[in-house]
Amino acid sequence: MTSSHSTRFWLLRPFGERTTQLFLGVLLAALALVTVLHVALPQGHALHVNAYTVNLFGKYLSYALLAVAVDLVWGYLGILSLGHGAFFALGGYAMGMYLMRQIGDRGTYGHPVLPDFMVFLNWESLPWYWQGFDMAWFAFAMVLLAPGLLALVFGFLAFRSRVTGVYLSIITQALTFALMLAFFRNEMGFGGNNGLTDFREILGFNLRSSDTRLGLFLASGVALALGYLLCRAIVTSKLGRVCVATRDAEARTRFLGYRVERFQLFVFVVSAMLAGVAGALYVPQVGIINPSEFSPLFSIEIVLWVALGGRATLYGAVIGAILVNYAKTVFTGVMPDAWLFALGGLFVLVTVLLPKGVAGLFAHLRRRHVTQPQEASA
Amino acid sequence: MRRFLSKAFVCALLLGLLPAALAQTDAPPTDDAGYRLLETLDVDSYRAKGEAITAILQSDDERAREWLQALLDGRLQRTDDGRFVVVLNNTGRDWPVEDALSGEPLGELSRRELDRIGINNALRNQLRSAIAVVDLYSPNVERRRSSADRLLGEVDDELFETLTPVIEEAEDDYVRRRLAQAVAIHQAENGEMEGVEALAGSLHPRARVALNRATHADDPAVADAARAALASVEQNLKINRGVETLYFGLSLGSVLVLAAIGLAITFGVMGVINMAHGELMMLGAYTTWMMQQLLPGQPGLALLLSIPAGFVVAALAGIAIERSVIQFLKGRPLETLLATFGISLILQQLVRTVISPLNRTVVTPEWMSGSLIINDALSLTLNRLYVMGFALFVFAALMLVMRRTRLGLEVRAVTQNRAMARSMGIRATRVDILTFALGSGVAGLAGVALSQLTNVGPNLGQNYIIDSFMVVVFGGVGNLWGTLVAGLSLGVINQVLEPWAGAVLAKIIVLVFIILFIQKRPRGLFPQKGRAAEG
Repeated sequence: MTSSHSTRFWLLRPFGERTTQLFLGVLLAALALVTVLHVALPQGHALHVNAYTVNLFGKYLSYALLAVAVDLVWGYLGILSLGHGAFFALGGYAMGMYLMRQIGDRGTYGHPVLPDFMVFLNWESLPWYWQGFDMAWFAFAMVLLAPGLLALVFGFLAFRSRVTGVYLSIITQALTFALMLAFFRNEMGFGGNNGLTDFREILGFNLRSSDTRLGLFLASGVALALGYLLCRAIVTSKLGRVCVATRDAEARTRFLGYRVERFQLFVFVVSAMLAGVAGALYVPQVGIINPSEFSPLFSIEIVLWVALGGRATLYGAVIGAILVNYAKTVFTGVMPDAWLFALGGLFVLVTVLLPKGVAGLFAHLRRRHVTQPQEASA
Repeated sequence: MRRFLSKAFVCALLLGLLPAALAQTDAPPTDDAGYRLLETLDVDSYRAKGEAITAILQSDDERAREWLQALLDGRLQRTDDGRFVVVLNNTGRDWPVEDALSGEPLGELSRRELDRIGINNALRNQLRSAIAVVDLYSPNVERRRSSADRLLGEVDDELFETLTPVIEEAEDDYVRRRLAQAVAIHQAENGEMEGVEALAGSLHPRARVALNRATHADDPAVADAARAALASVEQNLKINRGVETLYFGLSLGSVLVLAAIGLAITFGVMGVINMAHGELMMLGAYTTWMMQQLLPGQPGLALLLSIPAGFVVAALAGIAIERSVIQFLKGRPLETLLATFGISLILQQLVRTVISPLNRTVVTPEWMSGSLIINDALSLTLNRLYVMGFALFVFAALMLVMRRTRLGLEVRAVTQNRAMARSMGIRATRVDILTFALGSGVAGLAGVALSQLTNVGPNLGQNYIIDSFMVVVFGGVGNLWGTLVAGLSLGVINQVLEPWAGAVLAKIIVLVFIILFIQKRPRGLFPQKGRAAEG
């Protein structure tokens, strides 16, 4: 990092890197292309992108942001979190609660305040933790705060007592498992098994209109771009270098005088908040949030996206998330039984044969491409 | 109204036909003593019927029990020509019947030709007690005992008179105690001191009901005695409930130990995170199911054979996993975790595709079903008792292997210092394979045991994997004793919490407890000391 960069605003610093330029360029081009193909072309046209596909892409983009969040802690901090689905789901639930409150008296039971499932359970009034979610600003703040707070408390306890490596992975998994069990309970007041659904509008826009869906798709794209920039800014800063040092030799970094646990905690909380934002963007696009998002399987699947794309590259996480989820969409449509075989096989193949993921494969190919002419001239 | 009319019509029709029917068949054997007894039943007055039942009971007729049972079930009926028959099966249109007196089958009769001898609830109770009394003289011990059980709370004044001499005559100790209890319940309900005193130590729910009633007795001395007896019974019950909770806790704990002990070897000793461990258990459970399919009608033998078979199947699967994946990921625990997770998905889907996505039922052999009855308030299910014993056996065997055999020595050597062990001539790769096979085989054993407690399905392993890791981490990685203590104590904690928190919340509390515990003691209950701890 040269001195000319350090004078600029920190979030804009990564713009100097070629990878970032390339990534943002491709992302913006893709967003623009989908928008144009969706809006400008008539419905029957061969290249027309219909509302369903736009929605699907929007879902992929929110997954991609989640993968970036996981890559930030796993790739640069060496913390394999098997519970990031919990942060994602918490963000999703915060958004879901806002959307539930927006239904107002249009629910099946027509109660002006209480969501349908509370009327069904014969609840008299709104629980205290549902207060305030009728205001968008409060709900959006909770999207960041709920997962952030959980990560802060959990991370504070864990990093302070130097729980790392496999142990941390296992207890993060236990965390999301415990939350899943808790959210399945009707008494928790989050709709139990069925979760929150039947949303109608967000910020006054009808959630079923294709324009709103396009808007959410674009919002997901922008959030991904911003999230990527934020992570890039973190990992290229001095703080990021301490993180990488921690990843590679935690004890040594500690002996050099760095309070390792503080760096870990900061990055862990940022990552959790990013996951929360991803969840909040995901929920209005799929129209439901239920406890299955807390399942350990989902959390570990996210890790696979990152592993497939390539750890510690950030853009690799995006590639991995989109590839795996595209494959999932195709497989579950064509032969649903084979999906778990394919997913399981991917886990094995990627870890054994492709430890650096698709991004590593790119880098490998590029190196060969660069070195070959030199060999020829020598 | 219409139904009534049509019934009346049918009756009228039958009345018209009656003389013709009578003319066709032999007249009923009116000279038989049994026939005369039964005839007294076919009256309109329920009181007269009650007296008839008593008469039958006192008649010493061998067929009495069958008649009374048939009468109770509504199967004692009379044909149009006055014969008494017992209906054998009253589900179809035509009912097969046999003669109540001779026991000869009479073929099938239409229900129109039969007239049921009706009873009311009072008679029903009388019949039940009467049958129980008849059974008290049965040559079969089991029948005598169960009839004595049935008499608890059923004794009335009349029966009290009948039973009092029977108690003295009873040969079986159990029957005598039960009858005394039954009589005491009757006395206590009538507010008699004798009954209350006799019931003081009894845990049977009917005895408690009787004591409760006796607390309202007119005699204040009896009421006080009943209250005191009730208090001691409640105290006694509390202890029994505590023992029961402990039993369930230890049972759950031993399942956890079984599930985790294999993991304690592969994770604790080798440092390999095997997320497919639960699926290896699943393989063991399916081996049991397969064995029972191969040996139909011999569930016990199949179960015993599945113990070695489950071990071998899971161990072979473990070797395959170690050779194909884990050996390439040495020293990269997080990658091993992901790869073995992939394997677990593949194994689950394999079972779903090849066998079935639905649960399979494994039969519990006879010697394992039923329960060990300690007293009226406490009975321990046998299958859980067996699983507990099996868990301890597996644990002891594993301890022996690790402490006393050449393999155990080599495993510990390789764990502590791989390079040093290799230079001493230990073939580390072979040890790796064998250790992993051992851990996997033990998972298979756990699966065999689990098949006796839960349904065998593709998700069997998933339900246990997180718990097993929790047990290993809680107990201290690399310490088999720690796994035992952790498993048993987590099981007991879970069961103790369950009554007031509910099953799900209890589980959540335990998980949160472990998460917090790990923060306090990151190396578990029994941390490894010395150089091995740095591994």
